[in-house]
Amino acid sequence: MSIAKLLEGKRVCVCAGSGGVGKTTSAAAIALGMAAQGARVAVVTIDPARRLANALGLEALQNEPRRVGPERLAAAGREVRGELWAMMLDPKRTFDELIERVAPDPARAEEIKANRVYRELSSAVSGSQEFTAIAKLYDLQRDGGFDLLVLDTPPSRNALDFLDAPGRLTSFLEGRALKTLLRPTGLGIGVRVLGRGASPLFGVLRRITGVDLLSDLSSFFGLLGDMTEDFSERAAAVEAMLKAPSTAFLIVTSALSPSIDEAIWFRRTLGESGLPFAGAIVNRVHHDLLDGGEPDGLAGPLADALGPSLGARVVQNLRDYHLLARRDGRNIARLQRALGPGPLIQVPHFDDDVHDIEGLLAVERYLFASAAERAAMLASVVS
Amino acid sequence: MPGLLDHRLLFVTGKGGVGKSTVATAIGLLAAQRGLRTIVAELSGQVQIQHALGHRGERFEEVELAPGLFTISIDPQHAMEEYLRVKAGVLGAALGHSRLFGIFAMATPGMRELLSVGKVWELSQERRRSEGGAAYDLVIVDAPATGHGVGLLRTPRTFAEIARVGPIAAQGATIAATIADRDFTGVIAVCTAEEMPVNETLELEAELHSDGLALDAVVLNAAYPRRFDADEAAALAAASSDAETVAVRGALHAALSEHARAQTQSAQRVRLRSGLRAPVLELSYLFCEEVRRGELETLADELDLALAGLGGAFA
Repeated sequence: MSIAKLLEGKRVCVCAGSGGVGKTTSAAAIALGMAAQGARVAVVTIDPARRLANALGLEALQNEPRRVGPERLAAAGREVRGELWAMMLDPKRTFDELIERVAPDPARAEEIKANRVYRELSSAVSGSQEFTAIAKLYDLQRDGGFDLLVLDTPPSRNALDFLDAPGRLTSFLEGRALKTLLRPTGLGIGVRVLGRGASPLFGVLRRITGVDLLSDLSSFFGLLGDMTEDFSERAAAVEAMLKAPSTAFLIVTSALSPSIDEAIWFRRTLGESGLPFAGAIVNRVHHDLLDGGEPDGLAGPLADALGPSLGARVVQNLRDYHLLARRDGRNIARLQRALGPGPLIQVPHFDDDVHDIEGLLAVERYLFASAAERAAMLASVVS
Repeated sequence: MPGLLDHRLLFVTGKGGVGKSTVATAIGLLAAQRGLRTIVAELSGQVQIQHALGHRGERFEEVELAPGLFTISIDPQHAMEEYLRVKAGVLGAALGHSRLFGIFAMATPGMRELLSVGKVWELSQERRRSEGGAAYDLVIVDAPATGHGVGLLRTPRTFAEIARVGPIAAQGATIAATIADRDFTGVIAVCTAEEMPVNETLELEAELHSDGLALDAVVLNAAYPRRFDADEAAALAAASSDAETVAVRGALHAALSEHARAQTQSAQRVRLRSGLRAPVLELSYLFCEEVRRGELETLADELDLALAGLGGAFA
């Protein structure tokens, strides 16, 4: 199964996984491969390696997709029939643009952007990246005119944060919880309520948070006013987009045990949340180079060919490598069992870490090969 | 400047996938071996450290993993309930159990971080405010990945600034002062000798400095052994074209790959060291099935040696 097959008829592809497993590279390679086959594709990345960003012409933070010049790709030996577009997400700017779009008039948008609570909220690292990544994805999907959008997700500790954080921020913006909490006072939300604080819980809340903070929050929600309904509507539309059959979640993982555990857990969560799982990509796999054999059997031949000292070190190196290959094989088998018949694509551990166009092309070749082609590519390494 | 383990509070951060939890635990083991009552705190309800040391995964409780080495899995919701109970008694407990307040508090941007770092701060105090809590000599935090990790350190100050006055502001300011106290709090970045992790580590140091904080040490994790020199690599490549069996070619391929990776790492190591003010401690790549107690003890011994190698007060 190749990525091209998995993404047939899809309009949105979300690459999810824990930190450091090669999500950004996978997302970029997927976008490149799909563009090469003729589609108009945009990849939204969060924090690409600088050399990769430069190679794709992403030096400037534009916060809008920009076309990657076909000549850049041609220079690296890749003809692209379609169009490859790429952007690096600027969370603060995306947030500001969202407020400008939803606000009833420019003056209100400016007031909100100047509000202290808003300023903190829109530049907080946690939550705002996830929220704005999804917001951007939604806008591009609606208005961008792309055949396919590929989203690289923020570098969270666990993949689930990415699904939870936007909802948490939306429920904050909706202000429903705070409004309901203040309702027992019968005065709704507003600064004047703070002087009274009829409900005992509200009194404790005030004692614990401080009056200023509550009044800042009140004025923030006052400014948002009816806009909170737009946030709710957007949240519903975003959820519909993520659950649509034209969306594909790809789980990206390394072959290490903690990452595999996370991938299995994430697969289950996708199922429970009704989100469409399309397949898994396992990066940095140490493949079995011995075709089922054992390293120790090679001590004789290697000593003959290389002399005793070098030969012994090559055998020791092979033992170490083989241990990793067996471990990876077992972990991948465990993941495959958890995925059921779900597709799983393995990308080998390359000698150089992937952070430029050549590296990207190497990953793309594996992702877009059929299973038989991948096996042949791996075998060709030692044959 | 105090030695690394003379701090009371150590934040361990770094790019995802570089082995933060493993290094945080190894530092904890070393500290415990040196007689310090030590706790390693995981955030977001993670229990990886307990699993690595053969425990089942207790949440919220302080669990003893080895003599003098404890761990806790911090969960923001649980930390909030504890804070409210301590601060406002029965009514606070009622507020903590209020579903609506819970939703609101958890949805407030930065609140989860504030509550987590607040619990970490509580653990580091001489006089613990949680019931029956004994003091620790060293609290090690398995912090989130670089960007979010800096966010975590910044959160208390941010809250102190937004709230201006009142209990949250006061608490935020106290925690921020503790974090800014370089004798009390240290920051360690874990890194591997690869392009992105090195970039992030260099950026992290600059960012911490601009916040008035500092990076106390970098642990360069998973360093490949240098098994072959350039002449030997050439001999391996030559032998590879004559090799008759797939297995021998496989062995030579693995050797050449290892050589290439070790070389790439050397270049990245130079880039890291030349761009960095903080001292670097190196740990070897572990060729193992899983990281368990034995592997962690090996790493703790290596850290001990690396710290001694830095010499002076640092060790």
